[in-house]
Amino acid sequence: MELKLPNLGENITQGTVTKVLVAAGESIKKGQNILELETDKAVLEVPSPQEGVIGKVLIKAGDIVKVGAPVFELSGGNASPSATPVAAPKAEAAKSAPAPVVAAQSAAAPVAALVATPSAPVRANVPAAPSVRLFAREIGIDIGVVPGTGAGGRISINDVKAYAKSLNTSRAASSGIAPVPLPDFTKWGQVRREPMNNVRRKTAEHLSHAWNSIPHVTQFEKTDITELEKLRKRFTSDKRKLSITPFILKVVAAALKQFPQFNSAVDMTTNEIVYKSYINIGVAVDTDRGLIVPVLKNVDQKSIMQISDELTQIASRARDRKTTMEEMTGGCFTISNLGGIGGTFFTPIVNSPEVAILGVSRGVMEPLYMENQFVPRLMLPLSLSYDHRIIDGANGARFIRWVAEAISQPFLMDLEK
Amino acid sequence: MSSVQLVVIGAGPGGYAAAFLAADLGMEVAIVEKENNPGGVCLYRGCIPSKALLHVAKIMSEAKHAAHFGIEYAAPKIDINKLREWKQSVVSKLTGGLGQLAKARKIRYIQGEASFINSTTLSIKKTDGTTEELTFGKAILATGSRPSSIPTLPQSKHIWNSTAALDMEIIPETMLVIGGGYIGMELGTAYHELGTKISIVEMLDGLLPGADRDLAAVLNKRAQGMFHKIMLETKVVKTVETANGILVTFAGKDGKEFSEEYNKVLVSIGRRPNSENIGIENTKVKVTSRGFVEVDAQRRTADENIYAIGDIAGDPMLAHKASHEGRVAVESIAGKRVAWEPQAIPAVVFTDPEIAWCGITEAEAVKAGKTVQVVKFPWGASGRALTLDRQDGLTKMIIDPETQRILGVGIVGVGAGEMISEGVLAIEMGCVANDLKLSIHPHPTLSETMMETAESFFGHSTHIYKPKK
Repeated sequence: MELKLPNLGENITQGTVTKVLVAAGESIKKGQNILELETDKAVLEVPSPQEGVIGKVLIKAGDIVKVGAPVFELSGGNASPSATPVAAPKAEAAKSAPAPVVAAQSAAAPVAALVATPSAPVRANVPAAPSVRLFAREIGIDIGVVPGTGAGGRISINDVKAYAKSLNTSRAASSGIAPVPLPDFTKWGQVRREPMNNVRRKTAEHLSHAWNSIPHVTQFEKTDITELEKLRKRFTSDKRKLSITPFILKVVAAALKQFPQFNSAVDMTTNEIVYKSYINIGVAVDTDRGLIVPVLKNVDQKSIMQISDELTQIASRARDRKTTMEEMTGGCFTISNLGGIGGTFFTPIVNSPEVAILGVSRGVMEPLYMENQFVPRLMLPLSLSYDHRIIDGANGARFIRWVAEAISQPFLMDLEK
Repeated sequence: MSSVQLVVIGAGPGGYAAAFLAADLGMEVAIVEKENNPGGVCLYRGCIPSKALLHVAKIMSEAKHAAHFGIEYAAPKIDINKLREWKQSVVSKLTGGLGQLAKARKIRYIQGEASFINSTTLSIKKTDGTTEELTFGKAILATGSRPSSIPTLPQSKHIWNSTAALDMEIIPETMLVIGGGYIGMELGTAYHELGTKISIVEMLDGLLPGADRDLAAVLNKRAQGMFHKIMLETKVVKTVETANGILVTFAGKDGKEFSEEYNKVLVSIGRRPNSENIGIENTKVKVTSRGFVEVDAQRRTADENIYAIGDIAGDPMLAHKASHEGRVAVESIAGKRVAWEPQAIPAVVFTDPEIAWCGITEAEAVKAGKTVQVVKFPWGASGRALTLDRQDGLTKMIIDPETQRILGVGIVGVGAGEMISEGVLAIEMGCVANDLKLSIHPHPTLSETMMETAESFFGHSTHIYKPKK
C-alpha cells in the first residue's frame, strides 16, 4: 500500500521535502508527523493519514512532492494498534540494541551490538557498484543522495568520500561544538518546555551556521540624517507613510555597485568568489513567529517610492504569513532596521551566504561641531557586519563611510557615478 | 537444555551459506535439518538433479540433431536405473561434500525438525527419536518451500509433483504438465528427450509468465515442435484415475470441454513457503497472507532475535537469492552495516534454448510507465550461433535513454544461463551502454552478442545493417 501526501488545505498543491521524519521499518501512528514540507507559504509538518509500518521511503529531502503523490510504501495499514507497537520506535531500537546473544558466550565470538540499522537506500537502483554502496553504508551515508560524477551519474568511492567530506564541513560549520547537556533547571524552580516552531528552529540553525562559518567584523558609524529627515517628512502623507528604510535601501543598492565584493558569495569548495550582477536586498521583518527576511528584487532599478510601497506590502505579507519561498530567497545583502524600537549600535550576524549586513538603529539628536559651533543634528547609528574572509577592514570602513555620506548627502552618489 | 549462539533452521542453499559464513566469522553455530546432509530442495529435489537430467536431455537432443550435419547415431538405449543412479550420485557427492564442510567448520548438525517454543528457544524433534530444547541468541529461519498442490486432484501414484518427477520411477509414455512455468518447462523438456510425449496446459496466455514475451516466443517456437501439445488459456476441470493413468478434462478459452488420458500428470503450479508447523505463533515473527515471513533490509523479522532468508522470506524463490540473503543476515548479526539491496537478481530457465534475464524486464518497464529504450540483437547475426546451428536466440537490453545506463538484460538461446552474469555485473556496477560496447568480447563466442546489443544502442552494430532513417 502506498501512503500518499495528504491534502494539506490552504490551497497547497505541492511542497519541497525538507526533512523525512520517519525511516523504513518504522511503525507510525495516525497523526504522527512523517514529513517536513516547505510550501510556498511556510514549512509545515505533515501528519500521517493512517497507521502502519513504513516499507520504503519514496522521497528524500529536496524532492518536490505534489498532493496525492506516493511518499512511502506502507505495510500493515490495518494492523490493530496493539499489533504494531508504535511508541518511539527509534528509542526502542536503541534500547534493544546490545543483541542479547546468550550471555555466557558473549565473549566467545564477535557478535557486535547492532547499533544502527542501515536500510536500503532511499533511491532504488542507484548507479553505484556494490562495493561503493557497501562503503557508503559503512560510513553511514545514504548512497541515494550522493551525486555521481561518472558516466550516467555513476557514483564512485571518491564521490562518496567527497560527499562525506562536504557533510562534515557543513556539519562542523553549522554546529561547531557538540551541544553540552543542559543542567536540570527544575532544581531551582519550575520550568516549561515548548517545542521550537519551524521559523525559530530554522533561524537557530541558520544563524549558528552563519556565526560559525563566517569570521565576523562589525564596523560602527553615525550618519547625519537631518536633511534626509526633512525630505522624508515632506513626502510622507496619510496615504503613504514613508520610512527611512527605502532611502537606505536605495543608498545600499548604489554602494553594492560601487563595492562589488559586498555583493558576492564565498565558495570555499572551489576557492572562488561569486560576484552577482543583480542587486536584491533582504529586509528583516519582526513577526509574531519570529524573524523573517523577505527580499526586494532589483532594488537598483526602482525608485524610492516604488521601494517604499513594495516594502510596506512585503512586510504586511510577512506578518500575515503569506510570504512565499520565492520572496525569501535570492538576497545579496540584508538590512536590519531596529530604529523603531530604539537602541544605538548592535552587531548583526551576516545572513549567509551573503557577505555583509547593515544594522540600523534609532536616530538621535546630537550636538555636532560644524563651522565653529555645535549644531543639533539628527544622527543615525549604523552597524555594518561583514565576512572578513573576503572583505578587508579597510574596505569595510570605506563601504560604511560611503553609505554614511550618501545618506547625509545623496548627491554624492551621482557625483561618483 | 543446550544453548547456541546462532541456530540456522533449514540447510538449503540459504541456510548452509548462512551457517558456514557465521562459523567463519567465529560464531558458535548449529544447523537443524531434516536430511542427513545440507543441501535442501535445491540439491536433493530441485536445481541439481533437474540440471543433471537436462544435461542428459541436451546430449540426446544434440545427437539427434547431428543428422543435419550428416552424422547419424542409432536410437539411444536408456537404462533408467543407471541414469537414476548417476543423478543420485551427483546429489550425494554434493550433499556429502557439504556435510564435510559443516563438520570442518565445527558446526553442530542436528538432524530433526525444529519448532519455536518462544523467541529464544527451539524444541527439536530429532530423527533419532529424542527431543532436545535448544536456546539460541539468534535464529535464522530458512525452511524453504514445497511444491503447491491442487487439492481437487485425486490421490494417485500417477500424479507427480517435481519431487516425484525427479525420483524417475519410470519414463512414462505420455505426460501432462500442469503449469507452463519454469519447473514444468524444464522437467517437460527432460522427459521429452527421454521419450515421453509431453503435453502442457497453462491457464495464462503464454508460457513462462514473468519472462519478456519476445524471449518466451523463441522458446515457444521450439517447444511447439518438441511437445505433443501446448494448451494455453486452458483449465483443467476434471481428473479421473484410470487403469493406465489419469483421464483429464480440459476447458479451453471458448469454454469447450475435451478430454485426454495421460500416464502421468505433473503438477508444477508453483511453490509455497514452509512457514507452518514451526511454532512461529510463539514468536513475534509476522507472516503475510501468502505465508511469507516479513523481513526488513537486514532480513530481520518482527522478532529481533529471528531472521528469515530464502523462499520463506519472499519471491523470487531462487537458491542464489537465498544464499545471498543468508550472508546479509549473518553479517548483520555480526554487527556489520549491510543491507539487502540487489539491483539485479538473475533468473534462468534451463530449457532448450535457455532463457535468462536480470534487472528490469521490458514488461516491467512498460507497466511502471518508465521511459526505456530496448535494443535487441538476434542470434542469426552471430557467427558462433551459426557454428552451433542454433540461431534461435536473442539478446536484448533495456536501457535508460537519458543516462544510457543498462537497467535490464534478457537473453534466450543456448547457454543464456551462463551469459547472464555479465548482465548482472553490468547492472550492479552501474554500467552504461558504452561500457559494454567498449569492452572487448572474445570472438567467436555468444557473449559477443552482449557487445553487439550495446553497439546497436548507438545504431551501429557490426553485424546488423540498419538503413539510416
